[in-house]
Amino acid sequence: MNALAQPDISNTALRVRGLSKQFEGAPTPVWSNVSFDVPQGQRVAIVGGNGAGKSTLLRCCMRLVEPDSGSVEFAGQSVTGLGLRPLAKARSQVGFVFQKHNLVSRLSVLTNVLHGAMAYSRTPRLWFHSIATREHRDYAMHCLEQVHLGHLSGRCAGELSGGQSQRVAIARVLMQKPKMIFADEPVASLDPQAGEDVMQVFSELVRSQNLTLVFVTHHLDHALHYADRVLGLRDSKLHLDAVSQQLSVQQLRGMYE
Amino acid sequence: MSEQLNASLPARFERPSLVAALLFAGFIALFCWSVSAAGLSLPQLLSGLPNMAKIAGEMVPPATNRISPMLVAVLVTFQMALVGTVIGVLISLPLAVLMARNYTPHPLVRSMVRSVVSFIRTVPDLAWALFFVASVGLGPFAGTLTLIMDTVGFCARFFAEAIEEVDDGAPEALTAIGAPRASIVVCAALPMAMPSLINTSLFALEKSVRASVVLGLVGAGGIGAELATAMEMFRFDQAATIILLVFLLVLSVEKLSSHARVALLKKRR
Repeated sequence: MNALAQPDISNTALRVRGLSKQFEGAPTPVWSNVSFDVPQGQRVAIVGGNGAGKSTLLRCCMRLVEPDSGSVEFAGQSVTGLGLRPLAKARSQVGFVFQKHNLVSRLSVLTNVLHGAMAYSRTPRLWFHSIATREHRDYAMHCLEQVHLGHLSGRCAGELSGGQSQRVAIARVLMQKPKMIFADEPVASLDPQAGEDVMQVFSELVRSQNLTLVFVTHHLDHALHYADRVLGLRDSKLHLDAVSQQLSVQQLRGMYE
Repeated sequence: MSEQLNASLPARFERPSLVAALLFAGFIALFCWSVSAAGLSLPQLLSGLPNMAKIAGEMVPPATNRISPMLVAVLVTFQMALVGTVIGVLISLPLAVLMARNYTPHPLVRSMVRSVVSFIRTVPDLAWALFFVASVGLGPFAGTLTLIMDTVGFCARFFAEAIEEVDDGAPEALTAIGAPRASIVVCAALPMAMPSLINTSLFALEKSVRASVVLGLVGAGGIGAELATAMEMFRFDQAATIILLVFLLVLSVEKLSSHARVALLKKRR
């Protein structure tokens, strides 16, 4: 599995070099010396068995979990070693879609979407939609319309189905106006149809806005269908880095053996 | 098969360890000693029964000749409790954030704030009331200050625990967006902790209403002062009216807070 994709180095959205992570008390590292580049606009799937460290890799790139060593750059800007304020600014360029949606369930759908604008504005008027500016409210509605949920804007986020919640989380990411999106098993908690719908919406938005996408998935068909490139983690290292068109489901199953 | 099952079947009662047995024996000894120190006496209780019956008899029918000032005093009692609780809750919120392990700006700040709140909580209401009566004089203001301290001691601790127990998901999402810490607290931590914050605040209100009745006994305003006067003047019929009014006040506040709890927990923004 060494059909390595050749990145366009002049236009690199994400650069990871020699990243290693071992949790305290664990006998072995989650992974060590992981390096890869993701060019702007590329869609990358990360696959691997349970415990292979896929989610940890995404979290380490955002420094939601601190890596032990190595470096991460977003569009040429180093993320490792940044203080809290500059780190917050670097994070704001990346939208993160979580497996469990991570919406504030007691707030309205529109307020949850509005929170995405905290990436570029620190005004307290973003705390709740009732005090937000007309401009922010309108843009939040526009983002909700893009995931076809405009009619649910006033609903409490805790009342939504799993598929609807994940689409609201995607709308929140759109509100953020990111250059890159990380998605950690975005359809893992959804039924097959809802999962397919979410991936479809996701894929269209990423393609139409030329966003870079890095997503973790256990759905091998999603990895082949929605990604340009697949990274595979196994045995504590980056075991696979290949163009998805050159891969088959059988080959990807090898990552789980 | 059955022998195997019997071998793995746990005993109904485990044999206590020597330390546990000694601790239990020590507790029994302490309790017996405390019973004698508490002055429990059956003969004294029996000799007091006729007095109890006499006082209870004098309480019936409750006097209504001073009902107007009593109602005003009950209203003042409730107002003291309401103002004391609301101000106490507002002070408790920022203290709780500073005390919460996951949101404190520094561990040193956390332990300092925790120490202050623990001190406020461990000083009894009556001691605070005497302190404020001596400082600002007799009347409802001293009582309200006491209730603020009482609410801060109670709410800040439970608010902090509620904030610490909030699921990491929503705050992590806002952290990933690059949101400022204040926004993460206001938009994720507090809304997610809201059911617990509302419950604690309403319990604090009920607690303040009960406490405010007692505060009047030391001159800190409210219906307690009326009750103390009635008892000192052996006007047990007036005391009965006051006790009934207090009962109605506490019951009404408990009922109202139950309804408010249900209504507020449904609300969203």
